Amino acid sequence: MTSATHAFPYLTVLVLLPAGGGLAVALLGAVRDLPRVVVEWFGIAVSLATLGLAIAVAALFATTTGGFQFVSYHVWASGVGVHWELGVDGISLFLVLLAAVLFPIVLAGARTRTDAPSFIAWMLLLECACLGSFVSVDLILFFFFFELTLVPSYFIISGWGYARRAYAAVKFFVYTFLGSAFLLVGILVVAFVHKEQTGVLTFSLPALEHTHFSSAGGILLFLAFTAAFAIKAPLFPFHTWSPDAYTEAPTGGSMVLSAVLAKLGTYGILQFDLRLFPRASVDLAPLLLTLAVVGILYGAIVACAQRDLKRVVTYSSLAQMGFVALGIFAFTTQGLTGGVLLMLNHGLITAALFLLIGWVYERRQTWQVTELRGLQAPAPVLAAVFTVVMLASIGLPGLNGFVSEFLVLSGTFLTHRWWAVVATAGVVLAAVYLLWAYQQVFHGKVDLANSTTRDLSWAERVVIAPLIIVIVFLGVYPKPVLDRITPTVNALVAQVDAATHTHQPAVARRGLAAFHDAQAKTKKPSR
Amino acid sequence: MISAPRHVARIPSWAHPAVLLAHMGKVRAGHAAHLATIATPHVRYLAIIPEIVMLGGAVLLLAGGSLVQRQMRARVATFATMAVSGAALGVSLWQWADVTSHGPFTSVDHAVIVDGFSALVNVLVCCAMFLTALVADGYLRRERVDGAEMYVLAMVSATGAMVMGSANDLIVVFLGLEILSIALYVLAAFNHRRAASGEAALKYFILGSFSSAVFVYGIALVYGATGTSNLAQVAGFLSKNVLASDGLLLAGMSLLVVGFGFKIAAVPFHMWTPDVYQGAPSPITGFMAAVAKAGAFAAFLRVFVSSFGLLRTDWQPVVYALAVVTLLLGAGLAVVQRDVKRMLAYSSINHAGFVLLGLEAATARGVSASLYYLFAYTFMVIGSFAVVTVLGRRGDAAHDIASYRGLARRQPALALAFAVLLLAQAGAPFTTGLWAKLQVLLAAVDHQVPLAVIAMVSAAVAAFFYLRVAVLMYTPLPEAGALPGVEPPAEDAVPLFVGLGASGAVDPAALERALADTRPESVDQLRAAQTVPARPVWTGTDRNVAGLDRLNAGLLLDEDPMTLALVGARTAAPSLALDTLAGGGGDTTDLSNVGPVGAVRVPPLAAIAIGLCLAVTVVFGFWPGPLTSFAHHATLLFLP
Repeated sequence: MTSATHAFPYLTVLVLLPAGGGLAVALLGAVRDLPRVVVEWFGIAVSLATLGLAIAVAALFATTTGGFQFVSYHVWASGVGVHWELGVDGISLFLVLLAAVLFPIVLAGARTRTDAPSFIAWMLLLECACLGSFVSVDLILFFFFFELTLVPSYFIISGWGYARRAYAAVKFFVYTFLGSAFLLVGILVVAFVHKEQTGVLTFSLPALEHTHFSSAGGILLFLAFTAAFAIKAPLFPFHTWSPDAYTEAPTGGSMVLSAVLAKLGTYGILQFDLRLFPRASVDLAPLLLTLAVVGILYGAIVACAQRDLKRVVTYSSLAQMGFVALGIFAFTTQGLTGGVLLMLNHGLITAALFLLIGWVYERRQTWQVTELRGLQAPAPVLAAVFTVVMLASIGLPGLNGFVSEFLVLSGTFLTHRWWAVVATAGVVLAAVYLLWAYQQVFHGKVDLANSTTRDLSWAERVVIAPLIIVIVFLGVYPKPVLDRITPTVNALVAQVDAATHTHQPAVARRGLAAFHDAQAKTKKPSR
Repeated sequence: MISAPRHVARIPSWAHPAVLLAHMGKVRAGHAAHLATIATPHVRYLAIIPEIVMLGGAVLLLAGGSLVQRQMRARVATFATMAVSGAALGVSLWQWADVTSHGPFTSVDHAVIVDGFSALVNVLVCCAMFLTALVADGYLRRERVDGAEMYVLAMVSATGAMVMGSANDLIVVFLGLEILSIALYVLAAFNHRRAASGEAALKYFILGSFSSAVFVYGIALVYGATGTSNLAQVAGFLSKNVLASDGLLLAGMSLLVVGFGFKIAAVPFHMWTPDVYQGAPSPITGFMAAVAKAGAFAAFLRVFVSSFGLLRTDWQPVVYALAVVTLLLGAGLAVVQRDVKRMLAYSSINHAGFVLLGLEAATARGVSASLYYLFAYTFMVIGSFAVVTVLGRRGDAAHDIASYRGLARRQPALALAFAVLLLAQAGAPFTTGLWAKLQVLLAAVDHQVPLAVIAMVSAAVAAFFYLRVAVLMYTPLPEAGALPGVEPPAEDAVPLFVGLGASGAVDPAALERALADTRPESVDQLRAAQTVPARPVWTGTDRNVAGLDRLNAGLLLDEDPMTLALVGARTAAPSLALDTLAGGGGDTTDLSNVGPVGAVRVPPLAAIAIGLCLAVTVVFGFWPGPLTSFAHHATLLFLP
């Protein structure tokens, strides 16, 4: 483990800052007669401070190594072998950034009318839990934060959601908690096997990486871990909680659930499944690739049949998470890099989509495609922003979605040709349902009910602008991101290859170069 | 004081009453002189001083209460109890320090042991007693119960638990068990104004005596098989001898399992738990959950891990099966409860299943995990029942889950405390609850991975019902259309009758809306039971209280809002009984007890207790070191 340590405990502060902020907001909420704006701005300020810290980490992040950086290591519960061990690598760095970028936007853009202090406090606690999960190197610590995400999400859905929120919240909670039950037992078993082999009881990921499992044991453990992560992601067929949860959650809740929490699942697969059980991962890759492809097609087809904008995005999310899984289980540098990048891009795009849909709801009190018509005329800016985000989601070259989808599909094609071929149909279908929905909502002749729809206010434009800028920037110039992801992914692929005595095709290692070739060809049309 | 020459005790030392008496701190040396063959054991008072302090305090309090002409004021009794349990806590801690520096030792002819394990149990029990006194004060004043009886009984019961923790002989275990139980039988019936309380106590008493008989029979069989009832000697015997036919011993062990299973409320010996937990006064329920469980588990762990450790392959499957059904049934049945006290009763069964995990492992890690679990659970459960006590209002009856709705709006601090305590019980991260679960699971995965999986699945189910209460507290009683996008559900038309709606202070229509809204679906299915207005909420179970109903018709009314209203209308002059009825049936009828917006006044001592429990749960959740090493060291010093 290479560890560039810094004197300032960046990650510890990064994790604890939102929690402290949340606590402060909760206390502020108890003060009577305090204007809501004060609490709201305080929450935004805390999340912006967190973002600043995250950016500092990204700026200081060394691109030369694939290991964990900014490691902070403290003995926490020595008798149990649990340590407060935080670190960030190329995979988690951008998820940390994603979370740090999205939470201020959620707090600023998806405000609630009722009981704002509690909402903000829960959101900040959720931010703490998400960041904590992404930077935890100790498995038990990861599990703690992973579980901690459930509590605020549950309260956010059930407290501020829409009509069937209680049902959705309970379904979400029980599904996820059941999954993590297997995860906890899996973690404990891994630690015990490691203890039997080395005599040391530890939950630190770099130490546990060298544990050897029997092939059956490895597969069982892999399944236990993957159960939790597949539910969280969600991957087909463990997705059944997500349409309810995403639809019934308030706008901010949907954004965080789909954009950040879903990434916890795929992040877990990448960081823990692949590292701890490389052999089982490779053995079971066909199964997971098949599930991923089924999820892509299923999500896309079901999305085509939806009349509810939120559900369209929900199912498109399912398809996108399928692409992430496809990229991961292709076991090529390109595929994995694409998978990581797609996690980031999907987070940005889905958050933007849910935010825009939330704004549409604020104006029209409906998500039904059939009731919306011709919004382009009264709200041109809204339509324009929606166009950009939707095109990014479809994967138009020049916007960020394309880069990651291209890498995933080409990476998969090299090792698992037919899965990639079938998955490509999902890309086509994505264009079908998104363009269709867009056409229904924004085009056509505006009717009386829709003609008075307000356009985006300046405040809303300011909130959505960062997302649009990042979406375009990453579409045009993803190099800074890829530079930081690639060393970690290379190390990961090498680790998997070494453990399974396989070799990825040489061409797949040219992840970056392949991308630049492709981009050179596609730059012109996008401009 | 006494010191006859210590012969080799051919007649087992426990057979002499002096041993038993010595244990109780009343040694009569005089008789020993007449019986030349029987040695009176040497008593080292350090060994039993926490028990002496606790029991002596109880006796003094009782005597004081009887000698004074007037009934002792509740507040006086509370402070006396706090002083006694505080002193006992201090002595226990001193014992801990002594044991850690000088090592463990046995006393009273090896019938009593002082080691880290017993010191930890003593500390736990004294803490529980102290906290219970804080909680019970407000309760007694609210219910206008004076006199020290409740405290005396609780302290006697606590002594029993401490005796069980430091017993090194099966007979002493039994002695502790009985001291613990008999006081608890009376405590369960303490709420004599409620028929349910009497019924629960009777049930508890009959089943409890039956299980005691079974337990004693088990001791006899073990004695028959091994020739001794001393725990260390049993272990020694089993290590030196191989029994050609071990039927007697196995039968004895299984009877002991039944006896312990009853006390720890393991399924299928749990039948009494929900009724007793519901019927007993709320502060006592918390005490019972913490202390009875701790005492019984302490003895269970010591007897099975140390004495029968070599036979673990024989008893482990039994404990395994017990743990599985306890975990699953406890969690599963808790989900369908409408009464918070009943729900917590089933949750305590689920917790017992987790502690059994540590016993099943039968390793040092397992014992330490179980001890940690018991310690953490004590604070979580007493804190939870403290909140339940406070919210129970006059008559200690407002425990329907619906009455928790909107608590966060009325009393944010109380709601937050309860939410955290419930989440801790569910095993939320950064609380002692998850550390406890983590440790028992860690002990379990050593050789029983399926058991660990079952435990976690049950924890997932359990999380659901804890969260249900937590969320209900944070769901406001909404004005129509307060939240965007909330359409009144179709089931609005279903008439809903709960205790809350009895008084005119709450608009029933608004309440119905509130209840229909945002309720988890599984609860909806339960509503059928609620639509029968004449049936009290807590009798919506399988119990047949019809006979008692008739006997106590006047007393039972307090649960039934309809009848209550009728009685209230008929009777002009409120008697004491009616006062209770009014307090018990309605939610807001007794205006002296209710703040302007239906908030309950939180007695300061109860607030302190809740705060202490919360602090322990959260602080040691973030900083697990001290408590884990406490439990760990207690196991290291565990003298088999």
